[in-house]
Amino acid sequence: MNKLSLFGLLGLVIRRDLLLAMRRRADVLTTLVFFVMVVSLFPLGVGPEPDMLRKMASGVLWVAALLASMLSLPRMFSADYLDGTLEQMMLAPQSLTMMVLGKIAAHWMLSGLPLVLIAPVLGLQFDMSAQTLWILVLALLLGTPVLSMIGAIGAALTLGLRGGGVLVSLLVLPLCIPVLIFGAGAVEAVNSGMDAVSNLSLLGAFLLFALVFTPFVAAQALRISME
Amino acid sequence: MAINWFKYSAPTTFYGLAGKLIPFFAWPAAILFGIGLYIGFFVAPTDAVQSEAYRIMFIHVPASILSMFIYLIMAGYAALGLIFKTRLSAMMASALAPTGALFAVISLWTGALWGKPMWGAWWVWDARLTSELILLFLYLGFIALQASIDDPRRADRASALLAIVGSVNVPIIYYSVQWWNTLHQGSTIKFSGSSMHIAMQQSMFTILAACWLYTIAIALMRVRSIILERESGTQWVKELKEVRV
Repeated sequence: MNKLSLFGLLGLVIRRDLLLAMRRRADVLTTLVFFVMVVSLFPLGVGPEPDMLRKMASGVLWVAALLASMLSLPRMFSADYLDGTLEQMMLAPQSLTMMVLGKIAAHWMLSGLPLVLIAPVLGLQFDMSAQTLWILVLALLLGTPVLSMIGAIGAALTLGLRGGGVLVSLLVLPLCIPVLIFGAGAVEAVNSGMDAVSNLSLLGAFLLFALVFTPFVAAQALRISME
Repeated sequence: MAINWFKYSAPTTFYGLAGKLIPFFAWPAAILFGIGLYIGFFVAPTDAVQSEAYRIMFIHVPASILSMFIYLIMAGYAALGLIFKTRLSAMMASALAPTGALFAVISLWTGALWGKPMWGAWWVWDARLTSELILLFLYLGFIALQASIDDPRRADRASALLAIVGSVNVPIIYYSVQWWNTLHQGSTIKFSGSSMHIAMQQSMFTILAACWLYTIAIALMRVRSIILERESGTQWVKELKEVRV
């Protein structure tokens, strides 16, 4: 057997997870439908005035994205944990951190990316301008991977616990607050006539920071949970 | 003579030591609370701007300070436990968490009581209030994670990792909330020239010291209970005077 490079390993894990998800498309769609539903509930709750909707659009979309990503978190490791794949991954001589990164990337592609792609459509429902829609997409593109990465730690810590789904939200949501603040803040800044660059840069900084540390921490968390 | 530094890192020996230490922290805490509250309510003058309502800060400020410090200490113990695999460190971390959460609640509560007459609202979405609330959420997450794992070793290590991740995140959360919104008054105690009356300072620092001592005493009490619970099957626990009765 030829030796796997780190990135070869990464690609392999991502491909495997995407393939598995494609065999069970319903799981991916439920997250997306949940996102659309939560966003659509807000105008029903607060009233249809366009001015108010425009003002709260970015916040609503971000909170909904946060909740949708929480919803899909318990699935990140649980299937592999139940059928023993995870144990094999930990026994493998390859880096667990890299495999976890692969799983995070696949999770984002399945739960984060669809939200980013559908967000402009929902933004239109909230009467957002074309310019703010672009900023929203850009912010979501930078921010949602961070949600997946921080979420991976929570998912790994709560692996196989009763009530894991609620618990993981309890652990992860407070840690995601900075992403929410700057993600929603980017659109807010454009609305009030300022530049969104500082917000987007900070989101980018979070992304890089999380990219460096969270896969390693999540791998450690998996080791603790699997002992 | 070689000193065994790690003698008291074993729960067996620490249990006795903690029991002996508790009175040395609990009594001074009670006395200092009394003195601090007396100065705060009877000696300190009425504030020119905030009249009598400012007196709530004698409790509010120490509670806020401690709620933040306890999280760091907790994360420190958690890291010790994770790195050196010492059981007692993890027990200390879980013994500190409820006290930290308690101080966070007191801080939010007294803040609301102070905010109503001063700002005209029980709650304002200002940076410090919000980050204190998030801190409370972090404590609750730590306690919830520990409570939902049955195996104590896994519970210790998992919640330790969470505490460390949280402590890395605390400054990020703090500054992001700070930039998001700021309405809270700035810090009044500065190292160069404070604008506070001397009696106010005395009261606040006395209560702060009392809160520290209280925290240590209550953490030691709680850690003793945790030790008894975890070690309940062992011989030394069965031979304890208080257990046999």
